[in-house]
Amino acid sequence: MFRYYLKLASRSLFAAPATTSLMVATIALGIGIFMAAVTIYYLMANNPIPHKSDVLYAVQLDSWDPAQAYREDLPEQAPWELTYIDAMALRESDIPRRQAAMHKVSLVVQPTRVDLKPFQAQARLTDGDFFALFDIPFVYGAAWSRDADDAGQLLVVISKSRNDELFGGEDSTGRTLRINDREFTVVGVSEDWYPVPKYYDVNNGAFDEPEQMFIPSGVGRELELFSSGNTNCWKDEDINSFEEFLGAECVWWQYWVELPSEVERDAYQAFIDGYVEEQKELGRFARPLNNRITAVEQWLEVRQVVRDDNKVLIGIAFLFLVVCLFNIVGLMLTKFLGKAPQIGIRRALGASRGAVFRQQLIEVGALGAAGGLAGLGFAWLALKGIQQLFPGFEHLARLDLTMVGIAIASAVVTTVIAGLYPAWRVCRVPPGAYLRLQ
Amino acid sequence: MEFGPIWRASLRNKTGPILMALQIALTLAVIVNAVFIIKQRIDKITRPTGMDVDNIVTVQSFGFGEDFNLQESVPQDLAELEAIPGVLAVTSSQHVPLSGSGWGTELAGSSEDGAPRVNGAQYFVNADAVNAFGVKLESGRAFTAEDVEYPESFGVPISQVIMTRAYLDALFPEGGAQAGATVYDKLGNPVTVIGVLDTMHGAWVGWDELENVMLVPRVMPVESNYYIVRAEPGERDRVMPQVEQTLLATNDRRVVKSLRTHSEIRDSSYQGDRGMAVVLAVVVSLMVMVTGVGIVGLASFAVRQRIKQIGTRRAVGARRQDILRYFMVENWMITTAGVMLGSVLTIAVNYWMVASFELERLDPLYVPAGVLALWLLGLLGVAGPARKASAISPAIATRTV
Repeated sequence: MFRYYLKLASRSLFAAPATTSLMVATIALGIGIFMAAVTIYYLMANNPIPHKSDVLYAVQLDSWDPAQAYREDLPEQAPWELTYIDAMALRESDIPRRQAAMHKVSLVVQPTRVDLKPFQAQARLTDGDFFALFDIPFVYGAAWSRDADDAGQLLVVISKSRNDELFGGEDSTGRTLRINDREFTVVGVSEDWYPVPKYYDVNNGAFDEPEQMFIPSGVGRELELFSSGNTNCWKDEDINSFEEFLGAECVWWQYWVELPSEVERDAYQAFIDGYVEEQKELGRFARPLNNRITAVEQWLEVRQVVRDDNKVLIGIAFLFLVVCLFNIVGLMLTKFLGKAPQIGIRRALGASRGAVFRQQLIEVGALGAAGGLAGLGFAWLALKGIQQLFPGFEHLARLDLTMVGIAIASAVVTTVIAGLYPAWRVCRVPPGAYLRLQ
Repeated sequence: MEFGPIWRASLRNKTGPILMALQIALTLAVIVNAVFIIKQRIDKITRPTGMDVDNIVTVQSFGFGEDFNLQESVPQDLAELEAIPGVLAVTSSQHVPLSGSGWGTELAGSSEDGAPRVNGAQYFVNADAVNAFGVKLESGRAFTAEDVEYPESFGVPISQVIMTRAYLDALFPEGGAQAGATVYDKLGNPVTVIGVLDTMHGAWVGWDELENVMLVPRVMPVESNYYIVRAEPGERDRVMPQVEQTLLATNDRRVVKSLRTHSEIRDSSYQGDRGMAVVLAVVVSLMVMVTGVGIVGLASFAVRQRIKQIGTRRAVGARRQDILRYFMVENWMITTAGVMLGSVLTIAVNYWMVASFELERLDPLYVPAGVLALWLLGLLGVAGPARKASAISPAIATRTV
């Protein structure tokens, strides 16, 4: 029966190609625009590390100005980053399974290959645990040790792409790399890693490319490296040297910990609260106690990684889809009622109301499926357009299989919902009405 | 006019009209709000920056190694860059305005404890900065070569600045502050405002205090800086490659990067706003199109259903224009019901957007404008089918089916 209904549906759809294409195009437009908006939203709101997102926490301590909150629009929040003093103090705790203090730095790389000019590059200054903390595998070598962090040894881990560029892709561990006019030793080559969003540091663009080089946290003291990310200071301090800057009430370090269970979580919260209480005795941390440890997904929400504009666009795209659906209901009503004589005859020949209803819904479903497929085309076009408008967002504007599935499924579902009323109307055609006229 | 009969007639088959009215209501809500957002974004993108953005080239110099000294390098670089034919003025700066990177600070209008502080962006520049940015000095004077300092550390207090009128007025809310005024830095050191700029935009285009900007005549003891090179009109693209070559030839203990035009930097900072405006404009046009097609479709259906009645009316004396008017009025009534509901919906959607996101309240004048537009769309949509209806021959009434 299903195949017979499909045949009827295709006959009916091909009988009026203009109306059919208009309906398919309308569904396709609505679904295409909506899917494009949803795709971007879905990638922005992506969980970048699903298997660990509930054990990785960003640490915040409220070391800010007693006179005003860090963000006046978010008074309950603590600063996004930590001071150098606090980041170093937190490293003494052994509660987290893994932990890393970090910030972004600008370095100048002087390649030994004569065909490459010196270039400036962003790097991450961090602890050796960084790689295990965020699950970044190594191609060659391994991370540096805690001692290397403390001593500020001139070691570097480079990404696979950078290794291809600088060392032609061979195992470069043990080789030297000249950075900022100093000799660094390559200890490892990490796999290319591109988390979307760049959750471990969302400060200067949550969808930027991650750094391709990593150096031990102590190197900053050695080479007097400032952060190339955000540095915010509130206190009126006379800062005349790098040494004084390290001691200042300026926040510029991010801090991540891995706390495997509730127990460690509570212990760690108690630890940071205890630390801040101690510091209060010393005259720091004049604000009320407000220390936060926030898991990845909540962190991305707090940091408003998904922009308001994207939410507005989803809303508007949804309303556009609804308008398209209203339009289709109108078109289907016209079409189905046009078929009333034919339906009347089928009913008179013994087709039940249910059978007529089912048959119409199958026709509607076929329309929806065609609309969904064509909608994918529109979505693809829309995403291409968005890539043109937002260079640098290429990786946010692509269709994956999930989205293809969702697009077709939602096209069929919404079209069938839109078709319910017209199908119901047409199956109530009285069997005799059209016979008499003949 | 026969409003009563037309209204009652359309109620006899109300699904189509109701669907149409709902569609028009939603369309109104979306296009009014979207057009309002588009207008705001366009206003934001096109605000005057105060600078000669179209003729400026910027480039970053990033020194490395023990023997690189920016404070020695800058005067030499400036001399070389100024010598390029077609260059009007050059300054060093630690960041580029409108780029999204910058250095903010706070000043106060008085040295008393608890005096309110005002945020602003600061740029460390050279003597010719006013010319190099192409900003307009409203009063006071520009910097001279003697003003430029080469401090050994970050902590050396600044003594004189040029700032924007907006910043000066924010520091002295009672107004009337002029060049020569004294402001105070975070540590309470007095700073003399030697010049006042008409307008100049700072670092972050999304920031409320974008117009609070000050120029400080100094070269900091750091490794990296930018050069702001202002070319004579029409010379920018010719000057651009020479800027890079000149810097590379002057000193090889550095990386020269990010050679960009200032307009490119501005455009990329406004990328999100421009993109939003374009996307919304596309959605609005598609929506108008879909609704327009819907109106044509519904009107054609209404005409087709009533061919016999139209013929009968014509046969008993109705003129062509009566038929035409009937369909125009019917459609106008549906559209009107739609826009009435739509006006309420428009305000509701705007209320939701204001409450959920940082968007502004809708200018109420946009609603009647949208209503007019949809009335027009409705009349345009129905015109074709109504003309066809009026062409139906009276003779049709005499035929059976």
